[in-house]
Amino acid sequence: MNKPAMPNSFRTGPDEQGMFGIFGGRFVAETLMPLILDLEEQWNKAKNDPEFKAELQNLSTHYAGRPSKLYFAEGLTKHLREVSSAKGLGGGAKVYFKREDLNHTGSHKINNCLGQILLAKRMGKKRIIAETGAGQHGVASATVAARFGYPCVVYMGATDVARQSPNVFRMKLLGAEVRPVTAGHGTLKDAMNEALRDWVTNVEDTYYLIGTAAGPHPYPELVRDFQSVIGSEARAQMLEQEGRLPDTIIAAVGGGSNAIGLFHPFLDDNDVRIIGVEAGGRGLDGVEHCASMSAGSPGVLHGNRTYLLQNGDGQILDGHSISAGLDYPGVGPEHSWLRDSGRVEYVPILDDEALEAFQLTTRVEGIIPALESAHAIAHAMKIVPKMDKDQIVIVNLSGRGDKDVHTVAKMLGMEI
Amino acid sequence: MTTRIDRRMAKLKSEGRPALVTYFMGGDPDYDTSLAIMKALPGAGSDIIELGMPFSDPMADGPAIQAAGLRALKGGQTLVKTLKMASAFRAGDDETPIVLMGYYNPIYIYGVDRFLADAKASGIDGLIVVDLPPEMDEELCIPALKAGVNFIRLATPTTDDKRLPKVLENTSGFVYYVSMTGITGSALADTAKVAAAVKRIKGHTALPVCVGFGVKTAEQARIIGASADGVVVGTAIVNAVANVLGPKGEKTADPAEAVATLVSGLAQGVRSARLAAAE
Repeated sequence: MNKPAMPNSFRTGPDEQGMFGIFGGRFVAETLMPLILDLEEQWNKAKNDPEFKAELQNLSTHYAGRPSKLYFAEGLTKHLREVSSAKGLGGGAKVYFKREDLNHTGSHKINNCLGQILLAKRMGKKRIIAETGAGQHGVASATVAARFGYPCVVYMGATDVARQSPNVFRMKLLGAEVRPVTAGHGTLKDAMNEALRDWVTNVEDTYYLIGTAAGPHPYPELVRDFQSVIGSEARAQMLEQEGRLPDTIIAAVGGGSNAIGLFHPFLDDNDVRIIGVEAGGRGLDGVEHCASMSAGSPGVLHGNRTYLLQNGDGQILDGHSISAGLDYPGVGPEHSWLRDSGRVEYVPILDDEALEAFQLTTRVEGIIPALESAHAIAHAMKIVPKMDKDQIVIVNLSGRGDKDVHTVAKMLGMEI
Repeated sequence: MTTRIDRRMAKLKSEGRPALVTYFMGGDPDYDTSLAIMKALPGAGSDIIELGMPFSDPMADGPAIQAAGLRALKGGQTLVKTLKMASAFRAGDDETPIVLMGYYNPIYIYGVDRFLADAKASGIDGLIVVDLPPEMDEELCIPALKAGVNFIRLATPTTDDKRLPKVLENTSGFVYYVSMTGITGSALADTAKVAAAVKRIKGHTALPVCVGFGVKTAEQARIIGASADGVVVGTAIVNAVANVLGPKGEKTADPAEAVATLVSGLAQGVRSARLAAAE
């Protein structure tokens, strides 16, 4: 046997040090260590506390609107079957969307924010900070801060402030202060640096509400656990609606919170093929992409070891994606581990392909997907025509695309 | 095994005065200028040199050191060049301790074993790596100690008595007390609190305790130096470089001279402080 033995389960990580194999960990300044240890302790208590679970369940149902629907995308399925026939293949799997876009605030981000705001409350914190790329997490953070009466500061790259202006306005309406970050390319990486600087300065009273399944332990674990409701629901809904598990599940990966949320409950279903879609930007040949797992290498940034886009001197590159939510040169550590273990495939999708999927979904389904989610749909468009008609694919529709209409109009050369 | 840091600290203790520890950014604004700054430091009164390794994402640094790091990277600085700079300095000075300070990723990418061998050969005496807390000691701290390179840990106001032993366990050379929670270059903390914190740390260790974050003037250096074994100055030095650079990065005066003038003043402040133990 030349192949390394597969683990008995892919769902047991991280270990006590917060590691998924060589990935993850706690690479933070000493000032933050006591806080991170305290957060871990509080999280371990909370996740087994029936009262905490009941409160989160109640908010998920009545405030966020869960469970989200598992929707048979008949229009897209029909379209892709026509594509398949035109190629003489005569196939085309059934496509389902997990409708996280229907959640309150318009994306999966609310799942994590509700969980973490309850933790912040338990820990007696007085102030919330968050980083945001597309603004989806910023909006969800500002929303729960408003709901629970906390002041909230959201760090957002200046480039993203410009390309996601509707979300910036929403955050301001919700009472949050949006602080544009001009360092670097003014995207998610720079926003995260600035949020960490705020946190290290205001450790006493501030809770850092990280939006993605990355950062120092325990964040990757707790964000995953709060987002795993996506996959748990999808798995049960699929069993109920089709009487079996899907053949393939697909989600977009920036930092990777919606993807790990969908994937995690399926990791030990060995017959389910799992695909994460990275931002291929303008192609992997140059530096204008964010496909850290397809074209990067392991390194240490933002508190964890994970795949990163970096140069030979260990300096982090800025990357590029049409989608602000995927415009990040790293990825959550559990994805890095799932990549290396071979359980999950990670593939790039180009800006143009995502744009095409965005337009097609809007036309044939009457659903405007977020540009992030459009990356996952774009990959489904590639593989579904080659699959059999009795096969089933779930695509995570992680968010709605109203926020992206300005970006798309610009790409299409239109004025709005 | 004693290092240059141990020897220098012992000597200063016998003289009854605290150390002046000076941080500057390697390669800012370019290699040659930066090497000239480094060479000027001992003569101006610096007892220990912290040589900054630039990183694209310095999460614990304020605007001044962020900007210095970006200038250095733009000027072509790499970890290879930073080690070369240490060697070049060492050729003319075998006494002044050099501590490399920065973030882990460039070292990780360089390769830990190769890095330690090359750092040692370049005359590096110690390391301060901001994003490696004791929980990650296996990464670099333990290998560094085995290689005979001091690993200097940061203690902060959030490091309570329960946690201090863990922080001090594998620390050597000296303890760097960060006098406040926050990023580099913020305002100076309450000096009475700093003195109490130094006393608290000394209750746990025989190592010298140096204090940094927020020290900008000779007077502040004197006050901090009264209670600590050393005073660390960083942002003020980095600013002295920035102040003689024009809008396009052109030099409007000699950066090495500007730094030397500042450090001379700070050295006077430090030297007028008496160690509490020596009084």
